[in-house]
Amino acid sequence: MNLASVDSVYHSNSQPAVIPVPSDPSEPSVQLSIRNVTKVFTGKRDFFSKLSRKTTRDFTAIEEISLDIEPNTFVSIIGPSGCGKSTLLNMIAGLSEISSGEILLNNRPIQGPGPDRGMVFQNYALMPWMNVEENIRFAVETVYPKLSPKLMARSIKENIQLVGLVGAEKKHPHELSGGMRQRVGIARALAINPQILLMDEPFGALDALTRGFLQSEVERIWEQQRKTVIMITHSIEEALLLSDRIVMMTRGPAARVNEILEVPFPRPRDRETIDQHPAYHQLKAEMERHLFRETRAVEESRIR
Amino acid sequence: MTISNPALVEAKKQDSESFWRSENAKAIGLFVISLALFLAFWELGANMKWFAKGMPTASKTLQELWWWSTHPFFDNGPNDLGIGWNLLISLRRVAIGYTLASIIAVPLGILIGISPVAYKAFNPYVQLLKPVSPLAWLPLGLYIFRDSELTGIFIILISSIWPTLTNTAFGVANVNPEYLDVSKTLGASRLRTVFKIIIPAALPNIVSGLRISMGISWLVIVAAEMLLGTGLGYFIWNEWNNLYIPNILVAIFIIGLVGLILDSLFAALEKFVAFGRKA
Repeated sequence: MNLASVDSVYHSNSQPAVIPVPSDPSEPSVQLSIRNVTKVFTGKRDFFSKLSRKTTRDFTAIEEISLDIEPNTFVSIIGPSGCGKSTLLNMIAGLSEISSGEILLNNRPIQGPGPDRGMVFQNYALMPWMNVEENIRFAVETVYPKLSPKLMARSIKENIQLVGLVGAEKKHPHELSGGMRQRVGIARALAINPQILLMDEPFGALDALTRGFLQSEVERIWEQQRKTVIMITHSIEEALLLSDRIVMMTRGPAARVNEILEVPFPRPRDRETIDQHPAYHQLKAEMERHLFRETRAVEESRIR
Repeated sequence: MTISNPALVEAKKQDSESFWRSENAKAIGLFVISLALFLAFWELGANMKWFAKGMPTASKTLQELWWWSTHPFFDNGPNDLGIGWNLLISLRRVAIGYTLASIIAVPLGILIGISPVAYKAFNPYVQLLKPVSPLAWLPLGLYIFRDSELTGIFIILISSIWPTLTNTAFGVANVNPEYLDVSKTLGASRLRTVFKIIIPAALPNIVSGLRISMGISWLVIVAAEMLLGTGLGYFIWNEWNNLYIPNILVAIFIIGLVGLILDSLFAALEKFVAFGRKA
């Protein structure tokens, strides 16, 4: 399947869907820039909460995170549970407000959610009353309301082909397996041709075998489109298979970026041969060391 | 070529036998036996004068049921009307009152459900009026409308509005937040989100509310008609004045049967809008 044809669908539309990247020679091309971002969940201290003795304290989920993401890179964010990974992703998506700092997409600050960022949800978030095609159509129609029916149909068809769901177009989510549902989720996110794909533990709800299969599928799709991806994950192998860079976060509260690893393996990657690369085991060991240390600290802090 | 797989043959044999061992077959058997025992006890008890004086026998009641079912539409004035006519009169009142109630309750429920402030602000009204017995409205209805037909419809409306209203508001207020996140990340307008996401997502709740409301309408109409004239409720009241118990029992059976059919229709509708969700 030809990627150029996907783009042509949108670009033949008179309305520009994608804001052109301003070419500033003085700055290296950074697509997404996270600058000193902090997230504080404000506690409840109002009169009613005091009355019912349900006051809560402010909670700093993440503190002063800075991160630059270049175009066409696959970035994984990995960290112990409760470290605010999903909070960070939700802030990039515009679903969660930024307490301080800013997130720039193509040098423009993010103000709320928008279709320049496509989101893949952990629990798929497909509409149960829409079939596969209708779920994708809803997204395309919302973002490109003026697209001609012919181009609309073509873009839906191409994205269904891309994720390998031909034949299941008329099925409703409850008739699909978890893996197939998440493929619809990916197709829906890609169908709006976003600049960045955000994935929040996309394989977290799948069994191990399906997860492995879907990881390979995402690798295959990524090789075709090379879109910027930010993926939240718990899995070290998953991060190593898919990412160009891995952002390791410290434990929360007030989580920070601990270290950023470059993953040098050549692409396209294959899950069976990737561990033969000389750097694989060293990287894996480094990540395990960090994550186990952080997780132990989280567990021990809960005991005390 | 014949396949002689002993395991397969055995499985087939078990399959035909299993019907009589299945839960459904057992349930049907139990139903038939219990019904026969009940009718026999009734027949015997009525003949032996175990029950209240003048209690009809089962056979007499079944005869009446047969007669009324085979002669549903005759009209010898309001006090001697075929049960089919009375049924249609009751259904018509329910249809009008219930439809009006639904036309008010569904949009209002959606509006209340969308806004958390409206939800909290209007909840006291709903909670206060919901437990009021439908018959308590009867004098008020008669006073306002001075007409038994309109009063009947008014009572159906005011008593069947609440389940639909509360269920709709609840469904709309509790739409899976992930669906709303999808809508937000796509940049969908508020109107599009309401019509394409919120209402379809709340539809199972709305239909459950409509189902409960329909059940209540059917309960209320019989009671209201006893005081209003014509309809199944009046039929029962009339037979009470005639002191002819078999016809009362016939009417009870028919009311139950119609209620069952109405409920089944809504159960089917619930299934139709569920798409694998548990309602």
